[in-house]
Order: sequence, then C-alpha cells, then structure tokens
Amino acid sequence: MRKPSRPRPAAGVSVRQAVPLGLVLLALCGCRREAREVRLDPPVAAALAGVAAMPNGIGGRPPEVYFVLGKPYRGNAYQLSEGKRLYAWFGCPECHRDGEGSGRGPSLLDGWWNHGPGIETIYLSIRDGRPGGMPPYRTRLTHEQLWQLAGYVQVLGAYSASAAAPGRSDQVQSRPAENRAPARFAPLEP
Amino acid sequence: MTGGWQSALAPGGSSADAILRLFWPTVALLGLIWLAVLLVLAAALLRRARPEAPRRAGAVVGAATAGTVLVVIGLTLASYLVTRPISAAADAPLIVQLRGLQWWWQATYPEEGEASGFVTANELHLPLGRPVRLELSAEDVIHSFWVPNLAGKQDMIPGRDNALTFTPTVPGVYRAQCAEFCGLQHARMALLVVVEPPEEFARWRAVQAAPATAEALAAEGRQVFERQPCGACHTVRGTGAAGRTGPDLTHLASRGTLAAGLLPMTRGALAAWIADPQTLKPGNNMPLVPLSADELQALTAWLASLR
Amino acid sequence: MTHDRRDTGLGDLALEAALRRVWAAAHGLWGLLATVDHKAIGRRYIATAFGFLILGGLLALAMRWQLSHPEARLLDPDRYNQVFTMHGSNMMFLFAVPVMEAMGVYFVPLMVGTRNIAFPRLNAFSYWVYLAGGLLLWGAFLLEMGPDVGWFAYVPLSGPQYSAGKRADIWAQMITFTEISALAVAVGLVVTVFKQRAPGMTLDRMPLFVWAMLVTAFVVILAMPAVVTASTALILDRLVGTHFFNPAEGGDVLLWQHLFWFFGHPEVYIIFIPAVGMVSTIIATFCRRPVFGYLAMVLALVGIGLLAFGLWVHHMFTTGLPRLGESFFTASSMAIAVPSGLQIFCWLATLWGARPRLAVPMLYVLAFLFTFVLGGMTGVMVASVPLDTQLHDSYFVVAHFHYVLIGGAVFPLLGAIHYWFPKLTGRMMGARPGRWECLLVFAGFNLTFFPMHILGLWGMPRRVYTYQPELPWAGLNLFASLSAVLLAAGFLLFFWNAWRSARHGAPAGENPWGAPTLEWATASPPPPWNFTRIPVVGSASPLWDSMGELTVAEGLRTDRRELLVTSVMDATPEARESSPQDSIWPLLAAIATSVMLVWSIFTPWAVVWGSIPIAVTLIGWFWPRGTPEDES
Repeated sequence: MRKPSRPRPAAGVSVRQAVPLGLVLLALCGCRREAREVRLDPPVAAALAGVAAMPNGIGGRPPEVYFVLGKPYRGNAYQLSEGKRLYAWFGCPECHRDGEGSGRGPSLLDGWWNHGPGIETIYLSIRDGRPGGMPPYRTRLTHEQLWQLAGYVQVLGAYSASAAAPGRSDQVQSRPAENRAPARFAPLEP
Repeated sequence: MTGGWQSALAPGGSSADAILRLFWPTVALLGLIWLAVLLVLAAALLRRARPEAPRRAGAVVGAATAGTVLVVIGLTLASYLVTRPISAAADAPLIVQLRGLQWWWQATYPEEGEASGFVTANELHLPLGRPVRLELSAEDVIHSFWVPNLAGKQDMIPGRDNALTFTPTVPGVYRAQCAEFCGLQHARMALLVVVEPPEEFARWRAVQAAPATAEALAAEGRQVFERQPCGACHTVRGTGAAGRTGPDLTHLASRGTLAAGLLPMTRGALAAWIADPQTLKPGNNMPLVPLSADELQALTAWLASLR
Repeated sequence: MTHDRRDTGLGDLALEAALRRVWAAAHGLWGLLATVDHKAIGRRYIATAFGFLILGGLLALAMRWQLSHPEARLLDPDRYNQVFTMHGSNMMFLFAVPVMEAMGVYFVPLMVGTRNIAFPRLNAFSYWVYLAGGLLLWGAFLLEMGPDVGWFAYVPLSGPQYSAGKRADIWAQMITFTEISALAVAVGLVVTVFKQRAPGMTLDRMPLFVWAMLVTAFVVILAMPAVVTASTALILDRLVGTHFFNPAEGGDVLLWQHLFWFFGHPEVYIIFIPAVGMVSTIIATFCRRPVFGYLAMVLALVGIGLLAFGLWVHHMFTTGLPRLGESFFTASSMAIAVPSGLQIFCWLATLWGARPRLAVPMLYVLAFLFTFVLGGMTGVMVASVPLDTQLHDSYFVVAHFHYVLIGGAVFPLLGAIHYWFPKLTGRMMGARPGRWECLLVFAGFNLTFFPMHILGLWGMPRRVYTYQPELPWAGLNLFASLSAVLLAAGFLLFFWNAWRSARHGAPAGENPWGAPTLEWATASPPPPWNFTRIPVVGSASPLWDSMGELTVAEGLRTDRRELLVTSVMDATPEARESSPQDSIWPLLAAIATSVMLVWSIFTPWAVVWGSIPIAVTLIGWFWPRGTPEDES
C-alpha cells in the first residue's frame, strides 16, 4: 500500500487505491463468514473460557478474544455447522429434540429464552448447566466447542435468518431449516 | 513395478486377480491397435503420395471399422464374463459391516457361531482363503472402499446398502483408501486390511471381542481418559467411556496405524496426535483437548497398552 | 419499395461504403458494449476463454507443486479442495465449452456465407452472462469462498448439511450462468446453420466444421437442461429446505449423479465434436483434398452426438447399480469407439492419398492423433465394468480424460487458432515459435500425464491433497510435476506467439493457406458485413472448384442490415431478412439476470423481486420500433 500523502493526480489516487482497498474490504467480509478456522492456537482457545458472568449466571460479557476473532461463533458458516454437528453428537436431541423441546427440555425454537438470549448466557447454560435438568457439559466439550454449540443454539432460535445459518439436515424434518428462521414459524409461548 | 501394498497390479484376492487377468490382454490388444494407427500415420506421411483408387480406400476404411466393431464386441463380452464371477454370491462368507464416516472407517464383526461380535475401526482382519462379504454403508457423505490388491472399489452411499464379495488368496497387509471425494480429509482416510491364516484370525477375533485387559484398567491413564472429554466420543469397553461418534479404542494399540492410516501406531505418534490433531489432520472431528504434560504421558502410556 | 436501395448493379466501392454505413459498430465504449457483430463477440469470447485457461492452468501448476512430494504443505487441504474444484469447473464450464462455442460463433456464419449469426442480440447477451458467471466464480475464489466440493459436486457432500456457507451455492449458480449462455449460443448456431446458409450450400456441401458445430449445438440443447435441473434442485435443497437429495425424506442421493452425468458425459462430446470439425478442416486444407468419406464423417458426428446420451452410467459403475444394466452401459460406452474409430480411419485415408504440408496446424493434428487415440484406448478400458472398478476415481482416470480433453480437444483448438489466426487478426501466427510450442506442449503433456496411468494402477486416488511417504508414488509425481513445467512453457510460448503475432505478424491475404471454405473468400479479418456480396456455392469446396471467381447473389438492400434466408435442405433462397441493429439492451438484460442469480444465492425472494428488472430490460430489448419486416 502506498501512503495516501504521496502527491499524485487526484483521480489516480482514488481509482488506483479504491479498487485494491475495496477488494481487501470485500475479502475481509468474505473471510469472516466463510473462513474455516480449524485450529485455534491453544492460548487463544484457553482464553475463550474467560467469560465474565453475572453472579446468577445470566448475562455477562464474552472474553475479549471472542471479539478479536470477529465473533465467529455467531456469523461464520463453518463454526455454526460445527455447532450443529455437536448438537447431534452430544445428545442435545435427547431432551430438546430438533429444537422443539420435550417434557425434559425446553424448546429452543420459539424465541423464548429462559435465561436470556445472549450468546454468553447460552454458553454458560451449556457449560455449567441449569437447574431443572440441564446438565453441565464442561467436562465433555472443549471451550471452542462450547462456543460453537452456543452459537448454533442461538441461531436456532433466531427470528430473522442469517445468511450464515446452516441448511436442513439429511434427516426426517420436524421443523423449517435453520436458514429459514424457525423462531418466526414457531407458535409464541406466553 | 507392481507398486506394493496399495496396487491393482499386485493382486492378493480373487477379484483383483480376475480383473488383472482381463487387464493385461486388454492393454496388449489396445496398445497394438494404437501402434498400428501410428504406423499407418507414419507411413502415410513418409510414403510418396499416390492417389489411391477411392474404392480401395473405402474398402480399407470399411474393414477397419468392421474390425473396430469386432474388438468392441469382444471386449464387451470379455468384461461381462469377468463381471459374473466377481459379483457372484459366495457360500458361507465372513460378513463384516464396514461404515464410512468423515474421515475414518468403522468395522463391525457380527456374532458368528461361538465368536461374539465387536466393533473396531480403521483396520480389517480377514482369514485367508475364506470368502468375505463386506456390507458397505455410509454415515454422512459418499465414501468408496478401495483395496486395490484385493478387489475393485465399491461406493458407500447414504441411504443405500452396497456389498463387496471377494476371497483373499495371499496373506499380507494391504492398504485401502477412500476413493470418492468426501471432503476436507479425503486424502487421510485409509484402512489396513490384514489377511492372515484362519487360526491367527480366530485369535485376533477373540482378543478384539474381549473388553480392555485388567491391568490396563488399573492404570493411571484410564483416569485421565475418563476425567477428560475423551469418553464423550470414544468407547473403551470395560471403562465408563461409551461415546459412539469416534472410533472404538478398546484395542487401539493392536492396530497398525493411527487416525485412519495417518501415522504408524507408536507411543510417540499417539502423543503427537492427542496433543495437536488439527495440525496433523486439519479439519477432522477430533478436538484439541488441553492436557498437562503428566496427563499426556499417562494417557499415551495407557492407550499404548490397549492391545 | 424502390429498387435503387438494392445492391444490384452497384460498384464494389459504392457498395462497401453503403454496407459500412449500416453494419459498422459505433465508435468508442458504446460501440464495444452495444455491438452484436458475431465476430466482435466471438473474438471476445475466445479471448475470455483463453484467459480462464491461463487461470485454470495456474491452479493446475499449484496442484502439481503440492503433489510433487509427499506431505507437502504449499496448499492446506481446504485450499487444495477449492483449487481442484476451481480447476475442474473453470476448465469445463468457463474454458472448454465456451471456447468451442466461441469458435462456432466466429466461424460458422463466415463458413456458411452469411452476414451475422442468427439472433445476434441473444448472442451478445450470452457473452455477458458467461462473463458474469466467470467473475462470480473467480471472485468467490479470491474471497476464500470458492467452491470446494469438486466440479461434480456430489450430494450429500455439496448438500445443506455437509457444505457450510455459500461455497456450493456459488458453484451451482455459476452452472446456471454458463448454461444460459451455452444454450443461447446453441440456439443461434442451429438457426444460422439451418436457415442462413449461402445459396447452393445444400446439407451435403456444408463444411465438416459446420456439421460439427450443428451436432454440438443440439447436444448442448439436449444435455444442459439436465444439469440446470440438478443445480437448481441443489440450491433449493440448500436454501429453501426441499428434499430432492435427502434419502430420509424420500429423496435420492444417486438422482444427482444420474442428472449430472446425463449432462456430464455429453459435455465431453460438446468439447470433442467441434475439435473433430477443426481437425477435418485442417487436414483437408493441408492435404489439398476434401476429407475422405464425407458422408461417413457426418454420420459419425451424428452418431457420436446420439450415443453421447446413452453412456452416462459408466461414471457410476461403482455405485452398486444392477449388473445387467451396467453391462448394457459397457456395450454402449464401447460402441462410441466405432464412430470415433471411423473418423480416425477417414483422416488416415485422407493423409494416405495426399502429400500433407506440415504447417503448424498440421503438427497439432499429428499431436492430436497420437494423444487422442491413446486416450480413446484408455476410454475403452474404463468402459469395462470390472476394469473400471479398479480404475475409477484413481489417477488413471485423471490421465485418461486429460488425454481425451487436452489431446482430443485442446491440441486441435491450438491448431485451429494457428490456422484461423489470419482470419481472426489479419496476420499470420509465427510458424517458427509455433513449431517449438507444439513440440513443448506435446512432449510436456505426454510426460506429465502418462505417468498418471501408472500412479492410478498403483492405487493413487484422485482429489487427494497429499500422500504419505510410505506409498511408492513420490517419484512419478515429481516427474509429472517437473514435466508440467515443460507443458506450461509450451503454453507460455503459445500465448507469447499469439500476442506478438497479433501485433507484428506478417499480414495475411484473404486466403493464405489456399483453403476451400467460404470464410477465406473475404478479407482477413472480415469487414463487419462479412461478405460484400453473398457467395453462391456449387460444391463442398467452393474456393477450390470455382477457380478463383465465386458466383455471388445480388438483390439485398443496402439501407439496412439484411441477410438471406434459405431453405433447410437445399439452401434455396427464401427471403430477405433484416438483421438486428446494435443494442445496449442485451448487456442490461445480462446485468439484470446476473443480479437476480447472485442475489438468489442468499434469499429465494430474489427470484421474485429480481425478475422485475429482467422484465424491464426484456421489454426494452423487444420494444417495437416500427421496422416492417418485408419479404422478397
């Protein structure tokens, strides 16, 4: 990149620099949503555990590194699909079914969050469990996986679909696919 | 020049043998035709041009075309005749269920007579001289089972059941590899096939069916395994670990390779794999679980004892 | 209707001045964007396609580098998967098919002796859509969201569950772009060939290249809808949540493979049949005699076109279909060797009775014969079910299809570029570098790809980003990678030669090779109206048989773009037909279409809202302008 202070004709500056700059910006947007980060450096992964939680475990602030990474667990298609895989692999459907819930676990689709909709709260719910039967998963998932799963669960109950949300599964369907914004289709509970 | 333990040119099984016996004559015939075409071309370029009578040229072209038809018919018949024995059902075959997953193989040996059934991963043992019927299925995407020394490939397709039948005829260790592009780690999805005399096979089978040995269960590494998330995905029979999404590790150390053919099975390789799976096989589903040095030591010692 | 606006009795100079007034494109940017001249668009198409060839070649070099030694780390697996997917998709959809159709767009109207392609605005539209599709694919790749599911995009890997993000959607939508453009060109070619041939050019006097493009166009029209259906179903599965390919809900995974290969195998012939036409053209010119067995050649072309639709299952021999069905497809796949063989024999018979001049195009034809016949032989091998179970999806197949696609289509194409370069640019392409380039490409190609046959037999599967040192593949892979440098050097020389010759090459006259077909009966490069007077044809080799003086037809109007419509069989004149003026609407329609297609990757509603601008541009395109269609 040349320094903008260097004297040159005005038109030349704008065109020659705007094009690569625009491309870089576009590339960054593309990267954010489509990049596939398969390995976090161990210190980064460890820092993901540092959620500043409120004493009651509801609400808080994700660790700084979550923002530095660009909030990948909410907007990155690959991370969300990993979350979706973990949801099936780690037994979540036992109680929450495909998201619609059962007698043993609440619905995740209806846009109604018992402990608040923030991703850090969902992370805490999965990590530490909640009274009423939600078991803690901190011994079964790494922190990165917990974040992936939390991001997926948040997308599952979103009202407006994000372009990064996963599509339908190759299974029998019981609800609209995640990228169709299931919460909008779900009956509102009181 | 036969290319070793993953080569269609060094057959160790009935199917691969039959195919190779069709292969060489076909290559010879087609090679001769190719040479003949080139010779005619060279002659046409080098000879002095004499305008041929069109009728004679027409007859030659017609004869050559008729010859092509004959060759095609002959090769079609030959290929049909070879297909029949390859796809024929066998008497009392050993049945093994092989399932392809991203990016490893799960093998289930069902109960047979007195031998009890068990699940293992990334390694097949087959008795010499007995027909085997591999029942192929896929968990997620399409994979393809190809052990070139023993048989041609057969796809594993979600929602469909395929089978592959052949008889191993030469003892040895063969390498199979996934032949259908199945995503990020398609290149790292291999499987060892050990063909051994029936007595050895029976011994292997008995060991595999048993839970992990008692002294192994007493080891310190077992606690690490159970304390850490390992058991959420992996099973070690005899312990509390009963996860089903990852390979069964009950007799891990008895296998020749680690992580679907990625590394030879040594303690060092085990340690490297557990310490950083995403560098060795980027994108695979094994997470990097942070362990202390002591934990890693104990865990790998324990895993290496699971024979 | 006054007769003084006809060309009858007009002097050559006056006539050319009149034609220039109505046919020449406007100057400047507007003229470039609005032109509907098939030569301008054809040249643009060819240049763009070769641009994509360079890009795809760079990807191939990256892959060869990665595979040159075991456990290489130049490309990580994610990048490698994108690279090989891009290489395949780019070469098939953005290079091979478009470049062959582009050669048709440029040369078919010239060879049949007409002034423009039929539906010239549709032709312009097709180029813009093609360009947009290419930019979409490459833009996505540069943004690290290139498709990574293979050029065949098998479900479920490319489906909603196993392919996160928009990568597979971009691939599927790129298909839509290129198929729209290919279909648009095919329709134009068919009508041009059937209705716009010069008077007297009966079907049995049509040049073989024109026959080849006609068959190709029909294969395009019949094959492409299958893949558009498939890719649309894939997008619907991914975006809307339909279940075409979901076995749990009654869909079928193999449905994709059937649809894809019902297109995918004819695709190979869409690329190969035009090459047959090029080879026939070059051989006839340099042997100074018509190709032996015209009728046999035409029947073989049509036969290949028909058989092409009966052998898609040979891509699926390992999927566990019923054995009897597979044997049928073995027979039909091998049967295509008969018409292909017939063509080879006819060419050999032509060469046998002649004294061919070994100019550069002819050298490429020799390289073609050597390479393509070998690829055909391995093709017979993969048609056999038992052999295919070993060869399928191994490097043997990689070798096989590069032999038939590069040997069978790219060599003739390079020869054809040398041959027709004067007609494209008005200058001869350098012969001395041409011989070197041909030698380098030929040697480099065979040294690169022949070892892959052996690698495949030694068990190396396709699409692997690396392999382990304990496998015996390192030596041959390194050899192939080094040879690829030779091949790349040959292509580099070709491009340099073309670049230099276009500027400084020796000026070519109307007919530098002494060729027999009509494209050589006009200036090099031809004027915008192609032929000052429409030629009348009395034989299959008009320029050889007319002894220098071609009879011409008269009576076309000079105050508007007009061309002659003739009958399908005998090419007897039927009507004078106006040919459309330049127009910016095709470009605008292409932009509107592109916006809709790209937008619909993200939301299905784009199909609704995005069709409004398309409707507006189409209304603009077809707005009646009060030009009465008068007939002769």
